[in-house]
Amino acid sequence: MLLFVARKFLYLIPVLIAVSLLTFCIASLLPGDLAYTILGDQATPENVAALRHDMGLDQPIWVRYFGWLGHVLQGDFGRSFRTGQTVLQAVTERLPVSFELMILAEIMCLVIGIPLAIICAARSGGVFDRFMTGAAFGMLSVPTFLSAILLIYLFAVELRWLPATGYVPFGEDPAANLRFMMLPALTLALAEWPGIMRVLRSDMIATLQEDYIALAKAKGLKASRILFVHALKPSSLTLVTITGINIGRLIGGAVIVETIFALPGIGRLLVGAIGTRDLIILQGVVLLVGAGFVLMNFIVDMLYATLDPRIRHGHA
Amino acid sequence: MATLELSIDQDVVEASERRGRRLGLLFWIAISWVIFVFAVAIFADVLPLPSPTDMDMLEKRAPFSFVHWLGTDGLGRDELSRVIYGARISLVVGICAPIIGLTLGGALGMLAGYFRGRFESLVVGSMDVLLAFPPLILALAVTAYLGQSIPNLTFVLGLLSVPAFMRVARAATLTLARREFVIAAQALGATHARILLRELLPNVMLPLFAFFLLGVAVIIVVEGALSFLGLGVPPPISSWGSMIGEGRQSLEMAPRLAFIPAIAMFLTVLSFNLVGDTLRALTDPRQGAL
Repeated sequence: MLLFVARKFLYLIPVLIAVSLLTFCIASLLPGDLAYTILGDQATPENVAALRHDMGLDQPIWVRYFGWLGHVLQGDFGRSFRTGQTVLQAVTERLPVSFELMILAEIMCLVIGIPLAIICAARSGGVFDRFMTGAAFGMLSVPTFLSAILLIYLFAVELRWLPATGYVPFGEDPAANLRFMMLPALTLALAEWPGIMRVLRSDMIATLQEDYIALAKAKGLKASRILFVHALKPSSLTLVTITGINIGRLIGGAVIVETIFALPGIGRLLVGAIGTRDLIILQGVVLLVGAGFVLMNFIVDMLYATLDPRIRHGHA
Repeated sequence: MATLELSIDQDVVEASERRGRRLGLLFWIAISWVIFVFAVAIFADVLPLPSPTDMDMLEKRAPFSFVHWLGTDGLGRDELSRVIYGARISLVVGICAPIIGLTLGGALGMLAGYFRGRFESLVVGSMDVLLAFPPLILALAVTAYLGQSIPNLTFVLGLLSVPAFMRVARAATLTLARREFVIAAQALGATHARILLRELLPNVMLPLFAFFLLGVAVIIVVEGALSFLGLGVPPPISSWGSMIGEGRQSLEMAPRLAFIPAIAMFLTVLSFNLVGDTLRALTDPRQGAL
C-alpha cells in the first residue's frame, strides 16, 4: 500500500508542474498586456514601460515563470491590483461557500440517485424502470443553467417558497444559510443524479444475479435488506468512482450556479475577475482550482485503492 | 452541468436491449428535429422572418401574434427569428468545435494506439494535463484572455474536446490493431500509412462519429453556459445561451423569453444525445461480434 501511495504521489509532481506551466502560459502568452490593463486610461508608452519593468514583465518568459513559481511555492499568489486583496485571502474567504455547495449537492444527488437505482434494478425492465431510465437520459440533456432557471421560476417566482439569490454565512444563521443553499445545491444535484443512477442501476442488475443474493433470499431475509445492504455493498466502488468523476463537473457547475444564485464562492470570484480583467486573481484562482482538482483526484484514487486491494497490487 | 468529460463506459445491458429494438421511432424523431433545426438555421435569411435585431420599443414583450409568432423580447425584437438566428451560432460552434477535436484527437489517438511506445506515453500524458483542469474553468480562462469572439470560442472548445476524442480513437485502434485483417495487411507488406488510412481509419471512424454527435451535444451546452454567463459570444449576436440569460431578467413578467430558447436548446441537445447514443451502441468495437 505504501509503495502504491508513493508511486501515485510521485506522479502528482509532474502533473502539478504541468498544471502550473499551463496556467502561466495561458496568462502570459495570450494577448493582453497586464501593464495596459492596470494603467487603463493613464497608459502612456513611458508609464507602461516603467510598470513593465517594475513588475518584471520585460524579462524573458522562463525567468518570469520561475520567479512566479518561487513565490507560489512560498504561498504568495500575488495581490489583486483592483481590490488589494491577496489571492490567498480571496480564495480562503470564498472556499467554504463553494465546498458547502458541492457537498450539499453531492448528498442530494446520492439521496435521489441511489434509491431510484435500487428500485429500478429490483424490477429491471418494468414500467418504473423504463420510465426512470428514459427520464435520466432526458435529464442528461438539461444543462445546469436551464434547471437553475426552471427551479428559480418554480420555487422563487411562482411558489415563493425559497429565495432566488443571496447568501448568509452558516455561522450567522444556519437555517437561513440552508434556505439560500437549497436551490443552488438542488440545481447541481439535478445535473448529477442521472449519471449515478444509470451506472449504479446496471451495476446492481449484475449484482442481483449473484449466488449470494439467491442465498440471502433463500434465508428469508427481507427484500429491502437484501437490496439496500447486501446488493449495495459491492457497488460502493462504483459510487466512489462516479463521485470522483463528478468532481470536475461539479466545479464547473458550481461556477455557473454561484453566478446565477449570487453565492460568494470561488466560481463567482473567477467570473468576477474575468469581468473586471483582474488577471492576477484569475491566474491564481485557475492555478488553485487546477491543483485542487488534481489533489482531489489523487484522494479518490487512494480511496479506490483502499476499497479494492486488486488495484494497489496492479491487477485491475 | 455537462462538460467535455463524456463517459466512454458503456452500459452493456442497455446497449443490447437497444440494439434488439433496432433504431426505433425516437431515433427518427430526433433525426428529423436535427434536420429541421439545420434547415431553418441555414435558410434563415430566405425565410420570411422579421430581422432579429430590429427593435420596436412599442412592442416590448408582446405576446404571441400573427406578426410575431413567438412574441417579442424585452427590446421588442422578434423572438422566433432570434431563436432561429441563435440556432446558427449554437450549431456553428457546436459542430465546428467537435470537428477540431475529432480531427486532432482522432489523429493523435490513432497514431498513439498504432505505434504505441514513447509516443503513446507522450500523447496520453499531455492529454492528462489538459484533463487536469475542470474543462469549464479552462474554457473561461482562455476565452477571457483571447477575447470573446465566435472563432476564439470555437477554437478553445475544440481544443478542450481533443482528449476525449483521443481516448475513443486510441481505444478503438488498440482493439482493431490486433485483428486479423490488420495483421494480414502487415504480412502483405502494407506501409504504416496505408494500414492507418485504408484499414484502420474506416473502422475507427464509426465509433468516432457516434462520439462526435455526443460531443456536439456537450459543446452546445458549454457554449450555452458561457454565453449565458455573458462570457461567450459577444452581443449583439444572440445565441440560445445569451437569450436564456436575457430572459432570466424578466422571469417574473415574461418567463417564456427564457423558456422558448431553453426548449429549443433542450430538444436539440436531447436529439444529438439520442442519435449519438444509439449509433454508439451499434458501433462499439468492443461488441463488434464477428
